[in-house]
Amino acid sequence: MGDYLLAWRNIWRNPRRSVLTILAIVFASGLLVFMLSFQFGAYEDMIDSSVRLSTGHLQIQAKGYQNRPEMHKVIKNPDRLLGKVAALDGVDAVTVRSEAFALAAGARRSRGIMVSGVRPDVERRISSLPGQIRKGRYLRDGDVNVAVIGALGAERLQIDIGDECTLIGQGRDGSVAATVVRIAGIFKTGIDEFDRTTMQIPLSDFNSIFSMEGGAHRIVITTKALADDRPVAAAVRMMGEASGLTVLTWDEMTPGLRQSIELDLIGGIIMYVILVIVVAFSILNTFFMAIFERTREFGVLMAIGTKPFRLVKIMLLESLAMTCVGLLTGMILGTAVTLLFSYYGIGMGESSELMAQYGIADRLYPRLSPLSIIIGPAIISVVTFITALIPALKIVHMRPVAALRG
Amino acid sequence: MDLVIAWRNLWRNPRRTLIILTAMVIGITSMVVLSALSRGMIDGMVDNAINNLVGHIRIQDPEYRVDPSIIRRITHPQQLLADITPLLPPGADIARRIKVDGMLGTSREHVGVIIVGIIPENETGISFIGRPVHQGRMINPDESGDLIIGQALLERIGARVGRKVVLVSQNQEWENVSRSFRIRGTYRTELAQTEKVYVFVLLPVLQEMLGVGEGVTEITVHLEQGKSGKDDGLAELVSALNTKIRDSGYIAENWRQMLPAISAYLEMYNGYMLIWFIVVFIAMGFGIVNTMLMAVYERMREFGLQRAIGMRSSRIVRMVMVEILLLLLFGSLVANGFSLFLIKIVFGSGIDLSLFAEGTEMWGMSRVIVPALSLWDLYTANGVVLVLGLLVGLYPAVRAGRFTPVEAMRHL
Repeated sequence: MGDYLLAWRNIWRNPRRSVLTILAIVFASGLLVFMLSFQFGAYEDMIDSSVRLSTGHLQIQAKGYQNRPEMHKVIKNPDRLLGKVAALDGVDAVTVRSEAFALAAGARRSRGIMVSGVRPDVERRISSLPGQIRKGRYLRDGDVNVAVIGALGAERLQIDIGDECTLIGQGRDGSVAATVVRIAGIFKTGIDEFDRTTMQIPLSDFNSIFSMEGGAHRIVITTKALADDRPVAAAVRMMGEASGLTVLTWDEMTPGLRQSIELDLIGGIIMYVILVIVVAFSILNTFFMAIFERTREFGVLMAIGTKPFRLVKIMLLESLAMTCVGLLTGMILGTAVTLLFSYYGIGMGESSELMAQYGIADRLYPRLSPLSIIIGPAIISVVTFITALIPALKIVHMRPVAALRG
Repeated sequence: MDLVIAWRNLWRNPRRTLIILTAMVIGITSMVVLSALSRGMIDGMVDNAINNLVGHIRIQDPEYRVDPSIIRRITHPQQLLADITPLLPPGADIARRIKVDGMLGTSREHVGVIIVGIIPENETGISFIGRPVHQGRMINPDESGDLIIGQALLERIGARVGRKVVLVSQNQEWENVSRSFRIRGTYRTELAQTEKVYVFVLLPVLQEMLGVGEGVTEITVHLEQGKSGKDDGLAELVSALNTKIRDSGYIAENWRQMLPAISAYLEMYNGYMLIWFIVVFIAMGFGIVNTMLMAVYERMREFGLQRAIGMRSSRIVRMVMVEILLLLLFGSLVANGFSLFLIKIVFGSGIDLSLFAEGTEMWGMSRVIVPALSLWDLYTANGVVLVLGLLVGLYPAVRAGRFTPVEAMRHL
């Protein structure tokens, strides 16, 4: 106990120096808590918007559909699988989607478009698209021969709400598929590519137009939490009905998303480690100074029989105490600032236009998590401990007589 | 004289000075090197975007952007070319193209594509299609039934070079016209998405297929400059072009106008860098202040003595400031040398991110990031360190000036 008190008192011998040292640690740990929460929040938003808009957390598809989507690669009996999947633990919702490429024609202009058949009632629960209708309404159960289309697609085809649009494509069996749909709604997700090339129609219409004969291209599953994706995928793979089919998680369907998150995280961690090393060198002088100005004192203590390792221990306690005070204060401040911003959000300014292409909202909300609070301070405590060890070990080589003279 | 004294004072305690110099060198080096790397990344993004058939300046019908159909075309490009060529700087390359939406069909399926009619020899050095083909060979004027598609699209439709496919598009009477083409070769780009979208045929062939005579949908100018920081004069050139072609009804735009999302990001980019510089500075600022405070307190007796023999406190402040200035200058000198070494030698051939190919692809980045040192980054990083360094240095300096002889003599 005496050693702890001694270490604590030693810190306050030179309050100005200690406060500056602690402030450096407060700054670094506070900043890291905020930055990591910010990054994690952005990642979660990106994953969530991609999962909600297009892939879901998991999909069941026929083998080979992911790389080369072709009409005839179908899940033959989706309904039985659907019921069993919905009963699994961790599954939030499950639906069926089918897709076909078709030539869409307005009054004059025509262009190719991806037509997707969906179940309106389930989509309302799992997809973000129904909430992004800018004009008109989303599909409803019981709708016949209506469609919603992306804003850019509508602009190119020069069609609006209530207008008719002709679709010509190829059915599952290779026959010609043709129909006329009326535009009920126009959506705008902000992702230009998506808004230009996508149209949704009710699944029942889709099945008859494209002669699906009960088959479906994708079973889309959303889970209650992001971390549930792998357990649910494993459970689905075990089902007898899933034999001959593939189960894909969101990151297998959008590998670019996962990789760019990894890339950004690695880049971030490199920056933070550099920052922490700079801070470490900034405070190394304090630790050295604390020892050198006390050489005589150590000499006396060693002359009356104190073991050098005890002195090392006291010095380490001293620097650890400073680090801990700094880390705690930094974590509290960082958490407070993060909470403030997670309430108000951070505007992305002019970058928001670029970010929108990746489904990132124009305001980002940092998200505090145990991980984002711990990682930064953990890096800092490891680095500062090494920093404190270097000068403290000097004491071991001190000789009492020489120290007394110094 | 002051300089010599300050320099010597700095090295009274070499270990202390070396430690704080290390902090500064790591800090400044990280500013310069990381800014060069991220500048290289941005340059790569901009280059990829410009080479993606955008070009530095494009002339087209003002309606074409929202309605990219063949009726929005330049009917007599020769006249327009004659008008603009004298205004362009030497080294500028010009390409004429038709770019229309269409579909590519095989016996089994159809996919949406953008059909581009090009004059192959004009594309060299302008866009990715001007580079050597990946498989097969380039289309040439003797073989009018040929087309080039992206490698990713070839794999997507499961075809081979030499196979026939059908292209469908709309002519100016809004009729669908189709024609069969033989896949003569494939191209590769940085971005697989691009490979899936663009298919290339000869310009005269597409003109004939769509029945538009001489007409093209765009005239693209590629300038001999490019990088994000170096396009001074681009806006002026574009407004000169627009004045010249005003009566034609067409409009010239530069790439910043055509790629608003990337330009907006570029506008913000310097701000992001500045924030990073300041953050790193703060991390070392605590160290600089603490180290200088130690140095000053150690010499309290000395300062007291100087005051006692009549030296003004402003002179003492100045001496300490000169010391800090020397420390900062020396630190940034070493750091800049070290940064140049890292940028030119260690990272000179670029950092390969192929492991994250799909991630870089998503953002339109290149797979290899070559650091690009910009003067703005270099000046700003060093400027931040010098200006803020002197600012926080005022604290120990003023403190040194305040020691009174009596206080100093009492202090042992």
